[in-house]
Amino acid sequence: MFQSPPPVLRRRTIKRLIPLLGGATGLALALTWRPAIAPIQPPPANSFSPTIVARGAALAQIADCMVCHTAPNGRPFAGGRPLKTPFGTLYSTNITPDPATGIGHWSFAAFERAMRQGVSRTGAHLYPALPYEHFTHVSDQDLGALYAFLMSRRPVAAIAPANRLIFPLGFRPMLAGWNLLFLHQGPLTIDPSESAEWNRGAYLAEGLGHCAACHSPRNLLGGEERSHLYAGGVAEGWRAPALDQSNPAKQRWTPEALYTFLRTGISPDHSAAAGPMGPVVESLSHAPDADVRAIATYIASKMAERASSSPSVPPTNKPYGARQAYPIGATLFAGACAGCHDTGAPMAGQGRPLLSLASDLSDTDPTSAIQAVLRGIEPPVADRGPNMPPFSDNLTDEQVAATLAYARARFTNQPPWPHLDRMVAKARKESQP
Amino acid sequence: MTILSVNGKSRQVTASPDTPLLYVLRDDLGLNGAKYGCGLGQCGACTVQLDRMAVFSCVTPLAAVGTRAVRTVEGLGSAEAMSPLQRAFAEEQAAQCGYCIAGMLMRAQALLDANPSPSDAQIRQHMQPNLCRCGTHIRILRAIRRAAGPLA
Repeated sequence: MFQSPPPVLRRRTIKRLIPLLGGATGLALALTWRPAIAPIQPPPANSFSPTIVARGAALAQIADCMVCHTAPNGRPFAGGRPLKTPFGTLYSTNITPDPATGIGHWSFAAFERAMRQGVSRTGAHLYPALPYEHFTHVSDQDLGALYAFLMSRRPVAAIAPANRLIFPLGFRPMLAGWNLLFLHQGPLTIDPSESAEWNRGAYLAEGLGHCAACHSPRNLLGGEERSHLYAGGVAEGWRAPALDQSNPAKQRWTPEALYTFLRTGISPDHSAAAGPMGPVVESLSHAPDADVRAIATYIASKMAERASSSPSVPPTNKPYGARQAYPIGATLFAGACAGCHDTGAPMAGQGRPLLSLASDLSDTDPTSAIQAVLRGIEPPVADRGPNMPPFSDNLTDEQVAATLAYARARFTNQPPWPHLDRMVAKARKESQP
Repeated sequence: MTILSVNGKSRQVTASPDTPLLYVLRDDLGLNGAKYGCGLGQCGACTVQLDRMAVFSCVTPLAAVGTRAVRTVEGLGSAEAMSPLQRAFAEEQAAQCGYCIAGMLMRAQALLDANPSPSDAQIRQHMQPNLCRCGTHIRILRAIRRAAGPLA
């Protein structure tokens, strides 16, 4: 028979545990506690040197601040854009110098702490959707220029909707634990064996550019997997392709090709920037030329190990074999895709790459190819360039899968994607607003 | 042989299954409302509805339609018996050359079927894929607004 401990003993144990538990919680909270930084009177916009503001503007393009900190059809930098994460939906904050709703009361010290440690002026921990684990590497001088740029914007009064996170992540002190694991502060080390341009690219890409934030896999806690940096990740339901040697098109990603892609959203040797990469190249199209070249040099070096001369193999195109393997896919492709993507289609005459050069189709992960079909591709830069219509209402999941299976068999030498039907259904679910 | 459901009627067509729906509608079924604009899914003149969703029929293969219900501008109403949306387009004089209008109507009707009282922003967002080269977009938006009724 079960015997319960004498009530007196039990009560005594609990009594003894209470201060212990309380103490541990108190200690944990004390360790995560950050003081508020005193509010300042918003500095007048003309108190910053125009040269420094202009430099900050260029850096903001590389950091892509505006993309996340602007709601759809909203005022620039006024926040409110929803960001879907595996942990719930976050809303970006207002980073205009509005005192009540933005960062008008933030001193440079407060701004610097937010960028380097992910702590708000009030002392609250910020969510790492703000990639401060990258911004932490940015130099004092560049942070100063960014601060000058943001504080000289027009203040906009706007309050972001409340975050909708899964329990218990609304409790911000927990983020101190995340920082302990994943925040590595300090400047990046210079690699003297590499060129000045490469090192500049490393500084920009690892810091403000935060390329790895999307292009790396993340662990269960949402931290970048440092042993697999640049091995490819996920962004807003799209696949952010690998930027290391597992990239399916690494032979063709020369620094020059990557520069053209980052600058214009399309490279003659590759497909177009799609999904969340569209706004990135839109931003980079305004960034200083030398900086975009530096980023291209650095990132291309990660994919390197290509032949010294670019290989001139004819593009893969096997219409007959693919039709035999996927007759329904071939029929659907003929009626839905061939008008633009067949050999001899008008688009091919405009120098647009054939699908055999599209990384998405060669990738081990079909997600981005599926999303391009479901959601289409918007012209990324200045409304020019590729404009692929969405097919989500034209084609069923099975039809999208059949079409892509055919296209992969026809235009690549890669094995068929497994479970394509299921992947299409999953991608469609993720593309719902 | 393919059996299609078009404007509530079952129709048989012999076109090859890779034929875009637009050609089947115009050439095989004599429904000339949907227009050929670009043939590349860029302009919207060919817009029809598939199970109440607006699609570009020029990039929709016959084989993709299956049992889904096709609805064209002929299914909305006629010159003698106009639908409320068609009447609103006439009252706002939303057509200049009129080439884009059948597509505009079908896309707008898809919105109103799903959301009878959309905001102006929702109307603009929804109509974004369809182009009018004459530039009557403002009248088109006004016509949709009129059909939807004043904002609550």
